[in-house]
This record gives sequence, structure tokens and C-alpha cells, in this order.
Amino acid sequence: MATDQVLKPDHAASSRHPIFTEEHEAMRATIRRFVETELAPHADEWEETTFPDWVFTRMGELGFLGLSYPEEYGGQGGDYAYNLVLAEELARSHSGGMVMGVAVHTDMANPPIKMLGTHEQKLRYLVPAMKGEKIACLGITEPDAGSDVAGIKTTAVRDGDEFVINGSKVFITNGHRADYIVLVTKTDPDAGYAGFSLFIVDMDSPGIVREKKLMKAGMAASDTALLSFTDVRVPAANLLGEEGKGFYHIMWELQGERLIGAVGAVASCDLLIERTLQYAQERTAFGRPIGKFQGIRWKFAEMATKVEAARQLNYNTARRVMAGEYPVREISMAKLYASRIACEVADECLQIHGGNGYMREYGIERAWRDLRLNRIGAGTDETLLEYIGRSYGI
Amino acid sequence: MTAPTSRPPAPSHASAGLSNSSATNPATGWEHLFTDEHEQLRASIRGWVDSEIRPHVQAWEDAKWVPGSVFRALGETGFASTWFPTELGGQGGDHLHDAVWTQEIARAGSGGVAAALSAPTTIAAPPIVKFGSEAQRQRWVPPVLRGEQVAALAITEPGTGSDVAGIQTRAEKVDGGFVVNGEKCFITGGVRAQYYVAAVKTSGEGGHGGISFLVIERGEQPEGIEDDPVALGAARGDGISASLIDKLGWHASDTALISFQDVFVPEDHLLGELDGGFKLIMANFQWERLSMALGAVAGMDLAFEQAKAYVAERTAFGRRIADFQGTRWALAEMGTQIEACRALTYETLRRHVAGEQVIQEVSMAKLMTQRALVDVVDRCLQLHGGAGYMKEYGIERAWRDARLGPIGGGTDEIMKDVVGRLMGL
Repeated sequence: MATDQVLKPDHAASSRHPIFTEEHEAMRATIRRFVETELAPHADEWEETTFPDWVFTRMGELGFLGLSYPEEYGGQGGDYAYNLVLAEELARSHSGGMVMGVAVHTDMANPPIKMLGTHEQKLRYLVPAMKGEKIACLGITEPDAGSDVAGIKTTAVRDGDEFVINGSKVFITNGHRADYIVLVTKTDPDAGYAGFSLFIVDMDSPGIVREKKLMKAGMAASDTALLSFTDVRVPAANLLGEEGKGFYHIMWELQGERLIGAVGAVASCDLLIERTLQYAQERTAFGRPIGKFQGIRWKFAEMATKVEAARQLNYNTARRVMAGEYPVREISMAKLYASRIACEVADECLQIHGGNGYMREYGIERAWRDLRLNRIGAGTDETLLEYIGRSYGI
Repeated sequence: MTAPTSRPPAPSHASAGLSNSSATNPATGWEHLFTDEHEQLRASIRGWVDSEIRPHVQAWEDAKWVPGSVFRALGETGFASTWFPTELGGQGGDHLHDAVWTQEIARAGSGGVAAALSAPTTIAAPPIVKFGSEAQRQRWVPPVLRGEQVAALAITEPGTGSDVAGIQTRAEKVDGGFVVNGEKCFITGGVRAQYYVAAVKTSGEGGHGGISFLVIERGEQPEGIEDDPVALGAARGDGISASLIDKLGWHASDTALISFQDVFVPEDHLLGELDGGFKLIMANFQWERLSMALGAVAGMDLAFEQAKAYVAERTAFGRRIADFQGTRWALAEMGTQIEACRALTYETLRRHVAGEQVIQEVSMAKLMTQRALVDVVDRCLQLHGGAGYMKEYGIERAWRDARLGPIGGGTDEIMKDVVGRLMGL
């Protein structure tokens, strides 16, 4: 290390993590342009109306819905790092609800079809899903079972070549707009964890009622449904994966959901810090920009440090996933840590904005409300702590 | 403390926590960074620390002194000098090798022992390697790598710590050299050192543009006193005296107050440029801070392993305390904190070794890990209950030792200022 280098830190030096290549960065630039020009301008409006379905068709047209799906089914054939790029760039839309709706499609409901589906299922569902012509949702949670997935009561009973489904699902993102649902059911009430099965169910099947649009603390741009299923007949061909393996299938699905949530949370933090930094440099009080007060400078240092740690925990975990490992403990840690620090960062950014932070105009209060969901959805903090604690096998 | 019969036995090396053989590998999940070669080195160092260091840690803590023979034994292994050039007696490796050493000596379970053995190569010799002339390098570095001599970095003074530009120790230019007057304090290895790599004020105003680095040698050491701190600290007609300072933790470390009175230093002992010393200080900080982060991650791993073992055996209210949800969550909280620290530190290490400038990330890693170590060790002490407060388990030492982290090598407050300023504030 030479003296001159020491004295002149080059902050433009490559900070790209090794999981990202030039191709990923080119895609990042393309997605960012799209997000900034076509999505972000509508963020405020979508808080009132929920986001429109054209977001899916437009993203399908641009190839953004199938970045890591096989080309055979209309995807782009990329690796998992593209999902991270998409999650990071979508965060720049400032519409947490829209991001969640898209993520349910790209990273939650469709991955099980890609992983477990038959060729026919992929042709029928993935192909239109990649184009954004069909929208997916995922049905796990029920009015009486959230974190305790094994406690669900929705049943699927075989009747000849069909299954008959009865039950209800709640907090279903995209539930009102979806064309199909990847549904977790109980096929054998006596078999414990071996009694669950997944189905792909067309949402226009007789017996499905989209009961109500749920009002929420945040994520207002997304539609969230309570769904009921009464004698819904589904062809046996729509069984996804193996009968009786549904619990394990859905636990696998949750890992991807958690990691992408963690990555999205960090991206949201980046954006919050970026905007708040600008605010702190422009806003003056007591005769100087508030960012020039040591107390404020330290707040930024604290936030940036947490965010950087969360980012590297996410990236190394993603790197391991891409290398074929299944690091469930670290995925849980990444999701737990990123969700928590995102709430802390949002709160601190709101604080630095003072009264303005509390006003809708600045968008900080929206992020503050939206990010609160990260500590609940896809496995609560408490569920993850329990899982991580048990993972040590003590 | 209740029911002592249900209290798990203290670890066999009471001074050092668990047997290392049952430990998890700090490189798990980071095999792209620490390759097989590093892991072989790790295994060698771990074996050496297990057999040559850990059994003696408590005795050295009590004596507040690590015997000189240990430095020579370390010199023979070469573990502390992997990254030094071969022509100086090192192994020509890089900072990844040194990272392995830093982590494994941290597993000795004594901040004082780790500091005593690492400071000469981690903080004192690097300025000579980086900024010294060939003659200076050849003269001063090889004996330190062999463990025959100890070098100490001397920057902090009674009147100035974080504000390094404020040092007052003066070096007056005289014919053929300098005359040094002043005091240095909190100097690791300061009593034992044969020479100091010292920051001194060489221009009237001092400050950023008036600091220089001098190598200040002690007079010839009399025979038979290498493990006698009082005799070592006494002046030897060289105008230098040093004494040990009692501390909260880091007991085994020789931490000195040093006084220089009209000490003549020849001009070929100037390191780098006259009045150009401030950048030497800054250059050294990056690796020092990153090493501290690496040591903290290893220290957290060690305390965490020990706490896991304890809760698995200790019973209360009719079951193992590991079976309480509160305990499981405490472990989960710590595990998450440790992995976040590891990710930040290792990725920063990867980039540092690749030659990137990562001052901001190094500062973040230092800030985060030192605090996390304090927090994790405190939680581990709590899980041990009354036993944690007893010396026997080694956790109370880790707890005391950890507290230096947020102060040494740049305080938390300095780290936050560095990070905040690099963000443009």
C-alpha cells in the first residue's frame, strides 16, 4: 500500500459484490430506468388505488418477470443474482405495496411451480406468468394459522380424478387480481407434517369467493384478500409436487421469500438514507445544514453501518444459495436482521426529517409504515428467533 | 447460586473456554475467502495455541506478564509474520494469512495475551515495512519477527488520544539527529520493548503537517531481566523509563507509561519524511482496525460456543436451561449478531486484500464488531449466571477484555465521525 493511495481513498473503486457481473449491472441499469420513468411517478396515486395490472404485462414485455426462469417457459434463463437486482431496483419505485405484489409473483408463488411443476403445469401457468398475462398469488396463512403453518385447516379431499377443497386463506397479496393461487392444503389430517399438499388452483373456479379487501397500516398499493373455498373442485393434475410433501415444499418456498425480503429491505434502507442525506445537507437549523451537526452525522454513521452489515449478510447468504447450499439458518438471520434494521432506519430517517418526515409529501412516513410488515410477513421475528435458536441443536 | 451439583464443570482449560476441537470453524460459509491453504494454517495455529498458550493464560493474567520465551517460541513458528516479505524473515503471504493468526490467537481467550503477542507485528513493525528504507527494514524488522526483540508503537500521550494531531512529545533537531522529550501512555509492549516506533512533533506548530516518526531504541538490556518489569522499565542511561499501568482488563498485556528525557535519536532513525508522519499513522490504522474486527468476531465465536455448551448442561426448574425459549432466543439473537458482524468484516477483508480502498467499511466493521463483542460476551456471562461471574469459566475475563474494543484503535466516536464524514457530512 503506497502512501498516496492511503491519503486519497478512491470511493469510486469497485464495490460490486462478486455475485454480480457486468451483465447483472447492465440489467440493473435497464430496470432502474424502467422503475424511475414508468413506476415511481405513480407511487402516490397507487397508494389510493392499489397498483394496476399493467405493471405485470409491462414487466412481462420487458422480460423482468422471468429473469431467472428457464427460457423454455418464457424466462430469461439467468441466475438467482438477477432476482436480487430486480428486488433492489424495484425498491426505488417508493411503492412498497407494488414491490410486494410483484415479488409474490416472481419470488414466492411461481418458484414452487418452476421447482416442482410438471411440464404441463409449467406450460399452462409459467408461460403466461412470465408474460404477465396471468398473475399469481400464494395461499398459506389462514385466519387461525399464521406462523404455525402446520396448524392450517384448509382441506383437500380426493374424489376420483379431482380434489375437493374447503377452507379459507387470509392476508393474501394479489388475492383480488390473481388468476391462480398456489395453495397449501391438508390432504391427510392424520399424517402430521406428512399430511400437506400443494395445489395450483384457478381463481375463477366455482366455490372461490374473494371476500374482502383488507385495509392495512401500510403497503396500501397492494391488494390483500380474505379468500374462501367452498367445495372447490381441482383436477388431480393440479397437485404441485408430491402429495404429502406440501409442508416441506412450502418451507423451501419460504426461504426464497425471506432472502428476497431481506434484500429488498436493505435496498429500501439505501434509498431512505440517500434521501435523508440530501435532506440533511439542505435543511438548515441554528445557522447551518443539520447534517453538519455531529449528532446527525453519527446517526448516519450508525445507520450506514447496520445497513452495510445487513447487505453483506444477505449477499454472502445469496452466494451460498447460488453455490447450491441450503443455508436456512443464515437465511433466517439475514431476514431477521434486515427487517429489524429497516424499521430502525426508517424511524431514524423520519426523525431526521422532523415534522416533514411525518407528512405524506416526503414519502418517509410511507416507508416507515410499509417496512413494518417486514418483521411480520414471511416469518415473524419471533418465528425466526425460535428457528435459529433450535438450529444449534442444543 | 443453587444446586452446584447441576452446574456443568468448567472447561478443562479453565482459562480459555471450550476445547478448541469441538469448535465451529470461523470460515464456514466463507470458503471462497479462506482457502484450504488458510485452513491448514488455521489448524496449525490452533494446535499451537491449544498446547502452548491456553494452558498458561491464567498464570500470565495473574502475573500481568507474558514471559519473553513465548515471543521467541512464536517467532520460531512464524505464525505472526506470515504476511511479511521473505527477505525480512516473513513468509511472503498476505493479510488473509494474518487474519487467520489474528482470529486464532483471539481464541486463546485473553485479550492481553493476544495483544502482547500480536502488537509487535500488527502495529509496530508495519510502518517500518511500509515506509522504512531498506537499511531500516533490515535492521529492525527481522529480530522482531524472530521474537528476539519486541517493538512497540507509541502514539497516544497522557494529553491526547483520539486527536493524534495533538501530540506534544517533541523532537528537537540537533547535529546528527534529534533530542526527544515527552511522554507516551497506553503503549502495548512498552516496558518490554527494545525500540519504539514513535510519533513525535518535529515542527513548532505540530499538527497534521508537523509530526514525524522516529525509531527510538532503548539502551542495551542487561542480562537476566527480560521477565522483570521493574528492572526493564528503569532508565539505562538512555533517558527512557517505562512502567506498567493497571487496567480493567487485558491483564497479561504489558501496557506502559513511557517517559523520554533528552533522548538522542540519530537522524537515520527517521521513518519516511520529516513532518510527514501523520500519513504513517493513518496508513496503519486500516489494518489495525480490521484486525480488531477479526479478533472480535473470533472472540464472539468463542464466547458463544462456551455459552451453548453451558446451557446444554446446566439445569434449572427441572430442565436444561437450553430448553427455555428465553435461552433459545438469546442464542438466536447472538448468533444473528455474530453472522452480521462476520459478513461485514469478512467482505471488507476480501476487498482490503484485493487492494480496494475500504476506509468507510473498515471503520464500520470496527465500530460494529467491538460493540457487538461487548454485548455478546455480556449476554454469555448472563447465561452462565453466578458461574459467569467467577474467574473459573473465563467469561468474566472476556467480558472485561472486550470493553477495550470500543476505545482502542480509534474510539466508537471517531469511527462514527469517519463514516459520517465519508458520507459527505
